[in-house]
Amino acid sequence: MTRISLTVDGHQVADDVEPRMLLVQYLRERLGKTGTVVGCDTSNCGACTVHLNGSSVKSCNVLAVQADGGEVTTIEGLAKDGELHPVQEAFRECHGLQCGYCTPGMIMQAVDLLKENPHPSEEAIRAGLEGNLCRCTGYHNIVRAVQHAAEQTSHQHPEGVGA
Amino acid sequence: MNPAPFEYLAPTTVDEAVAALVEHGDEAKILAGGQSLLPVLRMRLNAPEWVIDLGRIETLRGVRDAGDHLVIGAMTTHDQVLHDPLVHEHALLVTKAVTQLADAQVRHRGTFGGALAHADPGGDLGAPTLALDATFVITGPSGTRSVPAAEFFVDLFETAIGEDEILTEVQVPKYDGWGAHYEKFVRVSHQWPIIAVAATVRLDGDTIAEARVGLTNMGSTPVRATAVEEALAGQPATPDAVQQAAAHAADGTSPPTDLNGDAEYRRHLATVLTRRAVLAAAGRNGT
Amino acid sequence: MTATQEPGLKEAPTQEIGRDRRRKEDQRLITGRTRWTDNIVLPGMLHIAMVRSPFAHARITGVDTEAAKAAPNVVDVFTGSEVADVQGVIANAWPLSAEQKAPDHPPMAVDRVAFAGEIVAVVVARSAAEAQDAAELIDVEYDELPAVIDLKRAAADDVLAHPDLGTNISSVWTLDSAEGGTGGNVDEAIAEARENGIVIEREYRQQRLIPAFMEPRSTVVDPTGEQYVVWSATQIPHIARFLLAATTGTPESKIRYIAPDVGGGFGGKLQTTPEEWLTFLAAKRTGKPVKYTESRSESLMSGHHGRDQWQRLTLAATKEGRVTGLKVDLLADMGAYIGIVGGGVPVLGAWMFNSIYKWDAYRFTTTQVLTNKTWVDAYRGAGRPEATYGIERLMTELAAELGKDPLEVREMNWIKHDEFPFTTVAGMTYDSGDYEAATARSKELFGYDELRAEQQRRRDAGDPVQLGIGVSTYTEMCGLAPSRVLGQLNYGAGGWEHAEIRMLPTGKVEVITGTSPHGQGHETAWSQIVADRLGVPFEDVEVLHGDTQISVRGLDTYGSRSLVIGGEALVRAADKVVERAKPLAAHMLEASPDDLEFAGGRLQVRGTDQGVTIQEVATAAWTAHDLPDGLEPNLDASATYDPVNFSFPHGTHLCAMEVDTETGRVRMRKYVAVDDIGNIVNPLIVSGQVHGGLVQGISQALWEEAVHDEGGTLVSGTLVDYLLPTAADTISFETDHTTSPSTTNTLGTKGVGEAGTIASTPAVVNAIVDAVRHLGVTDIRMPCSPERVWRAIQQAQKGAGQ
Repeated sequence: MTRISLTVDGHQVADDVEPRMLLVQYLRERLGKTGTVVGCDTSNCGACTVHLNGSSVKSCNVLAVQADGGEVTTIEGLAKDGELHPVQEAFRECHGLQCGYCTPGMIMQAVDLLKENPHPSEEAIRAGLEGNLCRCTGYHNIVRAVQHAAEQTSHQHPEGVGA
Repeated sequence: MNPAPFEYLAPTTVDEAVAALVEHGDEAKILAGGQSLLPVLRMRLNAPEWVIDLGRIETLRGVRDAGDHLVIGAMTTHDQVLHDPLVHEHALLVTKAVTQLADAQVRHRGTFGGALAHADPGGDLGAPTLALDATFVITGPSGTRSVPAAEFFVDLFETAIGEDEILTEVQVPKYDGWGAHYEKFVRVSHQWPIIAVAATVRLDGDTIAEARVGLTNMGSTPVRATAVEEALAGQPATPDAVQQAAAHAADGTSPPTDLNGDAEYRRHLATVLTRRAVLAAAGRNGT
Repeated sequence: MTATQEPGLKEAPTQEIGRDRRRKEDQRLITGRTRWTDNIVLPGMLHIAMVRSPFAHARITGVDTEAAKAAPNVVDVFTGSEVADVQGVIANAWPLSAEQKAPDHPPMAVDRVAFAGEIVAVVVARSAAEAQDAAELIDVEYDELPAVIDLKRAAADDVLAHPDLGTNISSVWTLDSAEGGTGGNVDEAIAEARENGIVIEREYRQQRLIPAFMEPRSTVVDPTGEQYVVWSATQIPHIARFLLAATTGTPESKIRYIAPDVGGGFGGKLQTTPEEWLTFLAAKRTGKPVKYTESRSESLMSGHHGRDQWQRLTLAATKEGRVTGLKVDLLADMGAYIGIVGGGVPVLGAWMFNSIYKWDAYRFTTTQVLTNKTWVDAYRGAGRPEATYGIERLMTELAAELGKDPLEVREMNWIKHDEFPFTTVAGMTYDSGDYEAATARSKELFGYDELRAEQQRRRDAGDPVQLGIGVSTYTEMCGLAPSRVLGQLNYGAGGWEHAEIRMLPTGKVEVITGTSPHGQGHETAWSQIVADRLGVPFEDVEVLHGDTQISVRGLDTYGSRSLVIGGEALVRAADKVVERAKPLAAHMLEASPDDLEFAGGRLQVRGTDQGVTIQEVATAAWTAHDLPDGLEPNLDASATYDPVNFSFPHGTHLCAMEVDTETGRVRMRKYVAVDDIGNIVNPLIVSGQVHGGLVQGISQALWEEAVHDEGGTLVSGTLVDYLLPTAADTISFETDHTTSPSTTNTLGTKGVGEAGTIASTPAVVNAIVDAVRHLGVTDIRMPCSPERVWRAIQQAQKGAGQ
């Protein structure tokens, strides 16, 4: 067992974990953060995407011990004070989800993408989401949602939508 | 799925890491960014007893200017390399390749040295570092040694790094003013390249003064297309001239056959994509 | 309670049906407050790991579980031979006929495995990781048997997938228009065309696909209460409960089946699985809650696959291009077992090969073949995409043969809008449609003439990147299905659907549906329907589903049936609520029930402003203080609806593809889908269904293929090799609708879940072939990988040079 301590969605946590425990397993099984899900074992699908120290990562491809001392934001920590993040709101507004399984990862990656590029072209949005698979939407409305979030945010928060 | 159980070490210096490797030998695997290693462990294709995480060794991160070359620390993430102005200025081919490497999440975690040490023939960094004549700095119990790129890649997933050694940095000579292009051929964007061509050229007016071309996934290691380079030198940067030179792209290669294409198709692709990569590197329309 | 009109009565509520309501489901899904099966944690819960066969066909000669049993925190280990009598069986619920040959299908192999990935031992431990550790310690001895992997070889019966059956041919099923009295003799039509017309003969391959829903399958079984509670990532909780009871001898009343949030299905979760049955068994054996969640590799290897056919097609036409007959010979790969509806899937194509066209003679034969591969069953469209692909490729080939535009040849043969209802050569009666309107709209959106002009320019210029235009004028049959028809087809269940409406005393409305959504948005669309039907606010309707203790009756979600059948049940239940409310409302209003009319949520005395809302009546029924004599204090109502026919959405899809002739790489340039799905409840949800359906069909054309090696190992066994497209590989679509309401249900809806997938595959391949037809290419096998496209061009040019 290895002792780790980190901040998850704004809360300090500390645990003894087996070194082989994946970050996503730690989030789901130890912290009950089941909003973050696992979709594959080869890091192709991106359903498990969270932010680690401010950047999107696939939490099935990071050991919990590697996140020691770090700061993690999951889909459950994205809304602030009961207000949905603009990207969350945009996914609902534009019907950017159906079954919703890819959605947490897709939203977390979209937030990261808009942080790096607040006014992306359609091509940049599509390229920025290439690490996330969705089987329901055909991506059309996901792209619309990211465009919508970018537009909304440039009206409301000219500085961008970074979490 | 979970990896099989292992013991975990997170040394904070290279010496500690080497000492751990010496102690555990072939029972140990090095964890850099983990983007290739963790899927292998999760699918239990490998089950080391020890995992030595280099993530806490700060000296292995970052890019610095060392006069006639750049030094890229082995634990520098792809994302850091991608956004590094020094790399963009002096080794544009590396920037171009990293842009197309995996996806944003993987680039945030995956490391320059980790990807090279993994030596997947479909990896996007082998061909550019080979084409640029990079030098690989390797540290072991008996000290540090430098290996030229041409000797670094030994075979499928096999490099010159010894069992008790660590790749610490990659030195990339400066190619100031060279044009560069990485032409990657995939069916879907998250796929490993079927093949890719890394090309960088120095123009003298409309003439290609020098060219360097590396091929990804045209054999068990990255391949340098020396016949193309030689044929290009001194030629005009025109589609016809480049096409003639690119016809040699597959010379001496032994590309694999898999679900995405057989060896013959890959050889054909190599010639077409080399033409396009060189023309694009020269700032000409790729087709 | 007074029954006078409120002062300042609100304006009549907006009609909900047709509104682009944002989905009720989304709040929890975008914030991570989800309940996937794998999220469920129960006290003392145990976890399972499966040991699977690496061989496609082998006799199990020994299983040594001693080391695994001794491993840390292992609670139970069992093998097939130890549980042979109690594990139940995996159902083959659509056997087609008594003559069908089907192997027994135990959840876990007892003495022989018939595909690589079949389960041979189960380990139950306190954690999933420990179960996996122990599973690696199990030593299984196999005696390898000859395996038959290739479909055509299997049909020759040289090597048997199941030696005891004596053949690999599971069944042969035929529909013949001459025999059935719905048309002429196809052999005569072909003979006539050979003399005086055109005969097009082709063989097309429908490659094997994997549904690849995003949520891996998972099952949790809690045996600690009076009923076994089963949570499962399934499309079919009701059917699964019935079959679990029927095959394990557990009373149905002792099983509660719950499909919580389910992350996609596409037919892939229309199954009762070995993994569910074995998790149930493990919970029974240990007396503890047990969870099994598959890995993605397990999902790809052992979840059922789809498609996998060879189609031999002969089309007869006059010299002018009027089709006179079609003969279809399908070879369908069933894999190692016959799944829940696997036997019937190819048969669904029988009514779809004739599509929107009129011709005289038709014969369809499907030969279903067993092989040593993962079994094949429903995947989005199930039988209909295969048929649509075949006929839409053929109609395009006919046009090429004639030197005519592919739309012109289609128009010459399709059913005109004033000919509905129309009974087809396959004996199906289409209620409504307007192929002319959909095609005209699609051409307009597409810029058909401009793209044809560009195509010509590129051809003339010898551009290395050529442009092609693909057409698909499809129809499909939705709403599986009238029970009577299903009975005739030897299907194991009916096709009805059930709905129930509970009027709560606070005025809120609970809707219980027997459909089981897994991404479709039923909670929203059903709310819209009930809000309109009862005149209550959309927000006040709560839709409950997927739990057999709440939704007691139902036949679940597949085959684009939920809206056309489940929606009609809902309408009828709502109408019953209104009827039940009338006597009480009349009593409250001191009027005669016959004088009441219901509109905008109010029961009103005709010609007056005296009325009560349905919610007020519900409250009055609940207090029951002042009811007419003999009236039950309850407005709740339910309805079970058995459809009278299928519904027949149709549309015209146009696709432009660029083909890089130097590398074979293709790129989608433009895609227009104009679909006629009848009346639309929620256009936003419909757009999502269309987009997603399109990409799954496009993905079959371009990327996906489940490939086995000669030994029967799935080579495309991870998402690294089984290629699913990302946002970076797809484009934005242009979609629109024409509307010919269905005449067979109250709302005039037709179903949309599968339309995009059915239509798009042939549109894409037709476009690719069109781009390089002038180079001599007439076909490219799916998926149209760059290598295949390049080789097709090379071979055509080699042929031209000889």
